[in-house]
Amino acid sequence: MAAIKAYRRYAPGTQPPYLHPPYVSSAKRAPSRPPIYLPHTLSEITGPVLGAEFCDLKASDLTRQHSGEPLGERIIVSGRVMDEDGCPLRDTLIEIWQANSAGRYLHNNDQHNAPLDPNFTGCGHTLTDSEGRYRFVTIRPGQYPWTNSHNAWRAAHIHLSVFGPAFATRLVTQMFFPGDPLIPFDPIFNCTADEAARNRLISKLDWDTTIPLEALGYRFDIVLSGRESTPIETPSHSHKAQT
Amino acid sequence: MTLQATTWQTVGPFFSIGLCRLYRDNLAGPGVAGERVEINGRILDGDGKPVPDGVIEIWQANSQGKYAHPEDVQDKPLEKEFTGFGRIATDIDGYFRFSTIKPGRVPGPVGPNGKANLQAPHLAISILTRGLLRRLVTRMYFPDDPSNAEDFVLSLVEESRRSTLIAKKVEGRAGSLEWDVVLQGANETVFFEL
Repeated sequence: MAAIKAYRRYAPGTQPPYLHPPYVSSAKRAPSRPPIYLPHTLSEITGPVLGAEFCDLKASDLTRQHSGEPLGERIIVSGRVMDEDGCPLRDTLIEIWQANSAGRYLHNNDQHNAPLDPNFTGCGHTLTDSEGRYRFVTIRPGQYPWTNSHNAWRAAHIHLSVFGPAFATRLVTQMFFPGDPLIPFDPIFNCTADEAARNRLISKLDWDTTIPLEALGYRFDIVLSGRESTPIETPSHSHKAQT
Repeated sequence: MTLQATTWQTVGPFFSIGLCRLYRDNLAGPGVAGERVEINGRILDGDGKPVPDGVIEIWQANSQGKYAHPEDVQDKPLEKEFTGFGRIATDIDGYFRFSTIKPGRVPGPVGPNGKANLQAPHLAISILTRGLLRRLVTRMYFPDDPSNAEDFVLSLVEESRRSTLIAKKVEGRAGSLEWDVVLQGANETVFFEL
């Protein structure tokens, strides 16, 4: 018998509810029934392996994708991807997307009356290294208004998508910037009940990665679900007669 | 445990900027073994309106019931060209469409008799849309598969709702399936908590 080690469930309050009325778009898209508890099987503890062949190493620098340099404050966003036990998660794909320095996305549905930047697409990706580290060079995204409610503005943020080792560890989140005065008013940031969990979405100014005369560093560590310590027994190839 | 998993946030309306690079609506190239299927569906909201700003991600085993992942230690063949990963955005009318092969059966939990309980063929699916603060997790099963009756995950679902997890055949079009995702309301799709 091979043992399946399930992934841990999220700690109560540390994840957003599906329905969060201040985020108006959740009203018609949040399921009305509670999700059914699914014990993890082979389908959940495995997941897409998207390694180097899915990755362009140059894609981690969002300031070098065009003939000229994008406008705005150049920044370094870096950190580590770990599990809840602090073990680094290597070779994990991270995809990011963001608005330009004027707060405008390169997307047909972004109607914000702010200029596009011909030298900024706002997308990047990278793989974590053997110690779970990642690093992007980009520009600080602008804040922008949205139609959620009267005079609603989003705090500056960068979207991140992380796969991790399993279907169960998938994460899509947003990284915020320290001291942004819009954070207390941002209903997406504030959707999570646990204040400490929420505040971990705010990156930290990081002198260690700041390049003098070039770019400020912001550190953002990402934690994916860890493993349960007790294995669930499950059949392996030694029992293939049962198939 | 010393740390806590990072909090989810919505993909928002502009996710295609970052996610379109890995859009994959054909999971199985010409050399991949297995029964070919094409799945068409729609994501609908609580008013029955289409969700044009959504993306679904697929994870599945190959036709032998083997995942292309190091923790699948079953003694079964892998296919180099088959990763088992798909990612499909909805169109302006909320439709998605993808082609793949029907996966084989993979092991589930051990039953009370100590024997393998194989799961029925299924796709593991994440739903991401503007308005969803975190992903919804569901599964898609295949119509008329006798193993559905003994699938351990389907058995967790009350019978009246099981049909939301099983694709429907399209009459007169072999290999063509329909499967809608209803986010909210009377015909709400069954979602799972991982």
